[in-house]
Amino acid sequence: MQKKVYQLLVNNTSGVLSRITGLFSRRGYNIESITAGVTADPRFTRITIVTSGADEILEQIEKQLAKLVDVRDIKELKPDESVYRELIMVKVRAAAEQRQSVISVADIFRAKIIDVAPESLMVELTGNQQKIDAFISLLDGYEILELARTGIAGLGRGTENVTYIS
Amino acid sequence: MIGADAIIKCLEAEGVTTVFGYPGVAICPFYNSILESDIRTVLVRTEQNAAHAASGVSRMTGRPGVCAVTSGPGATNVITGIATAFADSIPLICITGQVNSELLGSDVFQEADITGAVESFVKYSYLVRRAEDIPRIFKEAFHIANTGRKGPVLIDVPIDVQNAPLSRFKYPEEVNLRTYKPTVKGHAVQIKKVIKELEKAERPLICAGGGVLLSDAQDELRSFSEKHGIPVVSTMMGKGVMPTEHPLYYGMVGNNGMAYANRAMNECDLLIMVGARVADRAVNQPDLITRDKVLVHIDVDPAEIGKNAGPTIPLVGDAKHIFNDFDREEYTCNCAAWIEALNGYRAEMAKKREPDPAYVDPAEFISRLTDRMQENAVYVADVGQNQIWSCGYAKVRKGRFLTSGGMGTMGYSIPAAMGAKAAMPDRQVVAVCGDGSFQMSMMELATMCQHDIPVKIVVLKNNYLGMVRQYQHFTYRDNYSVVDLSGSPDLEKLSAAYGIPFLRLENMEKCDETIEAFLRDDASVLLECLIDPMDLV
Repeated sequence: MQKKVYQLLVNNTSGVLSRITGLFSRRGYNIESITAGVTADPRFTRITIVTSGADEILEQIEKQLAKLVDVRDIKELKPDESVYRELIMVKVRAAAEQRQSVISVADIFRAKIIDVAPESLMVELTGNQQKIDAFISLLDGYEILELARTGIAGLGRGTENVTYIS
Repeated sequence: MIGADAIIKCLEAEGVTTVFGYPGVAICPFYNSILESDIRTVLVRTEQNAAHAASGVSRMTGRPGVCAVTSGPGATNVITGIATAFADSIPLICITGQVNSELLGSDVFQEADITGAVESFVKYSYLVRRAEDIPRIFKEAFHIANTGRKGPVLIDVPIDVQNAPLSRFKYPEEVNLRTYKPTVKGHAVQIKKVIKELEKAERPLICAGGGVLLSDAQDELRSFSEKHGIPVVSTMMGKGVMPTEHPLYYGMVGNNGMAYANRAMNECDLLIMVGARVADRAVNQPDLITRDKVLVHIDVDPAEIGKNAGPTIPLVGDAKHIFNDFDREEYTCNCAAWIEALNGYRAEMAKKREPDPAYVDPAEFISRLTDRMQENAVYVADVGQNQIWSCGYAKVRKGRFLTSGGMGTMGYSIPAAMGAKAAMPDRQVVAVCGDGSFQMSMMELATMCQHDIPVKIVVLKNNYLGMVRQYQHFTYRDNYSVVDLSGSPDLEKLSAAYGIPFLRLENMEKCDETIEAFLRDDASVLLECLIDPMDLV
């Protein structure tokens, strides 16, 4: 079992996301996370998928995705040649007396306080998965009321292997 | 001009001559506009068969067959036909009417999310939102359906889009699909590698699948095989790639294939799989075709290569191109000893049957039937025991052998034969089915009569769902469950009701003259053959 991150460039048409996720579910592939958003060219959407499986399954995932009519390009984002980022928002129970200690944990991670309420704080953090996991584990001592995470988005480093849109 | 007129113009531009279908309100603008066109319309008796008939057209012409049905139940009924085509990579264009686009998603009368429902059985689908998009979408749809790994494309057209005015119509000359570019030409380095391996090989073998027929590469494959003396076996979908009685053809492989063909697969030292998926029924143990041998896998779909068996040499591309490229390479094959061994296996290992003389022996019957059929006739086999006998004993010369391989859809033969006959009225078309599969499509006898599509039908009657009965015989020690077909109609009376001539063959005594009578003229005939209910394939 291996984890891989794929980046897809696809037509920005209605139904394209369901075609991709449908392929995963009907062939029994895993999706650990999927993020999608329109690119600088509004005709295309960039999707980052984190998936896992045995080597031959990963090969099939790549080939089956590449085969979809709406998929322009697929490539693996290898950890040492790419940058991954994920964003989380976490709402922690913090009355006035706990507020300062949550803020100092957030400061260490360069997280931002984006909402303050009498009984809670909302913190936003962007980073790679290890950083985010470390942050969440440090919040263990507090009561996490709600947590939302985006799943990772990624890009390859440098100008090699860039798919230009003609 | 309205959207529906534009659709008809698109079909005309694509050279479509026949549309099979079943109208309903949501597709009525289309069926109104088609009256102004020379395109022939054929009213099937259930929508599934419109897709099967279109499949028959595709397979005979190499161009996508077209079916057009209404929204809701019309669209959902056609899904089995679409899935059948998808499993065998048959190009289809399936047009479905849809409710008014403003009402989409509100569960109005006869609304079904058909693009969602067929997602896993189509190569692509469209929901048309604006009439102006019709020319582009149809151009793309025909291109997608009939290039690369072929397959069905569904176009869902809401009724208001069909009725919307269109200021101008221009059918695009080219498609502009930035994201879809299938590989057609084989990689030159890989082609050289294959030739190098062929030079080393002592026991080369080609296993041809349905992809060879889809790429119309039968002639190229045969001349390559003949030029170098390389033996050929086929999968079920590849039957007919080589004439059945060609000295270099060694039969169908797989669970239901010939023992000598499977032995050839196991013993060869170089196996060229071409246009075949290495699916479970053809290759039971994929590791056997990779062990101790060089496996070359040629397919237009890169995802099929390595899916079930990891090849030594993957070769992505269209079979016709690749065999043309092979032909330019010079090499000599020394496999006389191998051919001699294979001839020995064929003589020794041919299936020996001991038929009960009280009945028609389906094997002998099919063999004699195909002996007497025209050289370029089309033989359409249904699904069940009849299919396995057809695969084993039907002789194909310059004609075609059509069947539902991947999906194994019962009831395929009659509508597919209708499609084949409508596309090629000069060819003799014979559908061979069992009494179970016949009853899944017998409503189409009316279509044949109404539209004068003379298909000849053989029903191998054993009063059982024979293939399942056989399975229950082996697996459940004759505990038969829900396989008895008692209550089936008297086929003689049924034929009379439709005005179709009827023949019955009770045993082999009058076999030849009955076949003569059956094939005599180009009219529909229904021939019932009484076969041993306990027979096994």
